[in-house]
Amino acid sequence: MLEALLWIVRRDVTIALRRRTDVFTTLIFFLIVVSLFPLGIGPELDTLRLIAPGVVWVGALLASMLALEQLFLADHRDGTLEQILLAPQPLPVLVIGKVIAHWLITGLPLVIMAPVLGLQYDLSAEALSVMVWSLLLGTPTLSLLGAIGAALTLGLRSGGVLVALLVLPLYIPVLIFGAGAVEATTSGLGGGAHLSMLGAILLVAILGTPLATAAALRIANE
Amino acid sequence: MYLRGPNGSGKTTLLRTLAGLLQPESGEVLWNGTSIRRQRDAFHDELLYLGHLNALKGDLNAIENLRMDNAVRNRPLSEKAAWRLMEDIGLRGHEDLPIKHLSQGQKRRVALARLWCSQAALWILDEPFSALDVAAVEALQAVIRDHLARGGMVVLTTHQEVELTCDTAFRVTLGQEVPEVSHA
Repeated sequence: MLEALLWIVRRDVTIALRRRTDVFTTLIFFLIVVSLFPLGIGPELDTLRLIAPGVVWVGALLASMLALEQLFLADHRDGTLEQILLAPQPLPVLVIGKVIAHWLITGLPLVIMAPVLGLQYDLSAEALSVMVWSLLLGTPTLSLLGAIGAALTLGLRSGGVLVALLVLPLYIPVLIFGAGAVEATTSGLGGGAHLSMLGAILLVAILGTPLATAAALRIANE
Repeated sequence: MYLRGPNGSGKTTLLRTLAGLLQPESGEVLWNGTSIRRQRDAFHDELLYLGHLNALKGDLNAIENLRMDNAVRNRPLSEKAAWRLMEDIGLRGHEDLPIKHLSQGQKRRVALARLWCSQAALWILDEPFSALDVAAVEALQAVIRDHLARGGMVVLTTHQEVELTCDTAFRVTLGQEVPEVSHA
């Protein structure tokens, strides 16, 4: 069971490494969105510091959503999804494998890039490290929640827009606590409570969303 | 079992229902006397389904595709066994090419290579003979014959007249007023 999960992760990461354009589109989108704000708002450091957590988090949210449509679509088109549905393995476990691979491809690079981008906003070292932690705990939740939307819209026309409408409202708690953690650190309150909350949301998402995604995939394949 | 019928008569729908991909609107599919919905993993362990699509990843090569497929099916395939399999299906020398660079017939051969290493009791094959050349059709017939000789079951659809030598073959023709079931 665990072996099958690892194979799925391995397969998806290998494929992503062989067609790097998909990965870079997400990353460059994130880079551009986050860099546009200092250019548009002007170089007042006080303002920038104030909006930094929100901007970085919204950028990460949009970037991870951009990649969602591809999560199951390619497998659906070439028939491998059918074989995954027919595998003698619990489907939620295989779904977790797909989501882990998706996060490694689109989430982890965002986490690594975020501190560099945060420098544009004159954030302190402490705030930057909290931002990395909040993204590290928050982006897996985004991938897990997004998988439900991606599975539900599978095979629909204009699925990409629908995914956004379905998934963005679910992202709100993660956004609030993620950006809140950084804000609390810069204002001197400490972001520990927010980070714990993000961790709790992640645990609930790990337990609940694979089941929902698996059910949605079965329906989408009927 | 040999399933025939004109285009649109519901062959694929029937096969997908048998495989458990579709829920029947009424009635249920039984395996060993129990509904397949209540023993999904046990049933899928005994099942090999090949649909219209090859279910291969274009960016991976044939070996990676086959090993990946078998791993998810709980039947790990060693690198060596995968290479031997490529010889069996006549694709030696194409092991390192990404699948997307192979021809339609070669892709189909890789997809059908699953049959050579399958231990499933029930094979459900949707148009397995399409896009294959004469040699591959013969090889496929041979592997189906071996499977039947071992006591396995095959449900397949095809438009070609294919000789399948076995003791009991049900021929079911869809798309007529009354479905006709005949022993041959």
